[in-house]
Amino acid sequence: MAEYASILFSMILVNNFVLVKFLGICPFLGVSKKFDSAVGMGAAVTLVMVLAIAVTWPLQQLLDAWGLQYLQTIVFILVIATLVQLLEMAMKRFLPPLHASLGVFLPLITTNCAVLGVAILTIDEGYDYPQALVAGLGAGLGFLLAMVLFSGVRRTLEEAEPPEAFRGMPITLIAAAITTMSFMGFSGVIDHLFGA
Amino acid sequence: MAAAKTSSQAGAPTEQTSRQILLRGLLQENPALRQMLGLCPTLAVTTAVFNGLGMGLATTFVLVCSEVAVSLLRKVIPSSVRIPAYITIIASFVTLVMMVVEAYLPALNDALGIYLPLIVVNCIVLGRAEMFASKHGPAQAALDGLGMGVGFTLSLVLMSAIRELLGAGTLCGLQVLPPFVEPMLIMVMPAGGFAVLGVLIAASVWFEHRGDHAADSTEGPSRSLCAACPLDCGLADPSDEDCARDELVNKLEAAVAKANLTGSNKGADKVADKDADEGDAKGGEA
Repeated sequence: MAEYASILFSMILVNNFVLVKFLGICPFLGVSKKFDSAVGMGAAVTLVMVLAIAVTWPLQQLLDAWGLQYLQTIVFILVIATLVQLLEMAMKRFLPPLHASLGVFLPLITTNCAVLGVAILTIDEGYDYPQALVAGLGAGLGFLLAMVLFSGVRRTLEEAEPPEAFRGMPITLIAAAITTMSFMGFSGVIDHLFGA
Repeated sequence: MAAAKTSSQAGAPTEQTSRQILLRGLLQENPALRQMLGLCPTLAVTTAVFNGLGMGLATTFVLVCSEVAVSLLRKVIPSSVRIPAYITIIASFVTLVMMVVEAYLPALNDALGIYLPLIVVNCIVLGRAEMFASKHGPAQAALDGLGMGVGFTLSLVLMSAIRELLGAGTLCGLQVLPPFVEPMLIMVMPAGGFAVLGVLIAASVWFEHRGDHAADSTEGPSRSLCAACPLDCGLADPSDEDCARDELVNKLEAAVAKANLTGSNKGADKVADKDADEGDAKGGEA
């Protein structure tokens, strides 16, 4: 149990996908303007990440068995794209309320590097199936946490008056730098907590 | 600048000379600094000049090859399945690059790690395939890919040079700063990446606008729709006449408002917010 908790929290805090690994920067900067859309996007990414790993991990075993590892990138990206499409259709059909709140974010996720990133990363780390699923959940929750925190930062930022050249994206990036610094404080925490 | 950009995207292919196509990617439409595309690798691998250069060249190769391939196949691929088709083409070239790097440059392979396969989802590559290569001939597509790729490489090298110099005191692995200067470790850490990129983008905005202070200050290029729109990468069709962002913003707002209306009585707030946002978007477009 401690092992899973260690993976989960290190994915959320220490190896935060957005702020430490720089995956999924596009939605992080694009959709974090409002709290509601930040939560929606974060939840949608979490869902897709777990599902993507649930599918890609067994596929990788097949690729390994057949000696086709070099096809990993192509297979993963196509599977994830298809999965997202199917998920949207299924959601529209069976869970309309959920589709109304998360549906609009799903097409954006197809080419989100965080999803492909987490799929490849769990393979590279050599996790077994449950570990990989927990890692996916952690990565998604970390993304959600970063989005929600940063939407708060941006709200304050909109009232600030930076120098002319810094308006818009530059000052947002600098705010992101400061947010990232706060996450640096977590490095080492996991080792101490779980003695890994 | 914003007007020139829209016309160059919407205009007929014959309007641009090859030189313009090639040079456009360097500063005016620099992918990383101007269009804010492909920020993930820009931030992640630029801790040393060698890594930045390697990533830039790998991306350039994929850009040129996939743009040419997409351009050659543009009449064959049905438009309803074009995005999956483009992704497959891009992924094939990325796999090619991965094999070459793994075989001949193991050190670079270790340094770039997971970001090498992630070129597949780099917004620049899919964005250029969709916006340019699918509408132009192979020669122009190759030039466009080269221009954008070199522009991307230059911004990666510039950024990694700054971070390596300040963060480790070296440049291309050689000691440059005298040993008594303590390296600023923060620069090679993630936080430094965001900060350096922010300052670089601000510098490029200032560089282009240093002459015209009379111009309306609220409408800098970073405010223009496509330049400040990191959402491009996730969208199926950013080249639509009504820029997809407008539609997306409306969609998002509508969904959020709907979700909120059912839960609480904040409806009025949301409508006001939405109006404000639409006004903002229109302002940027004008």
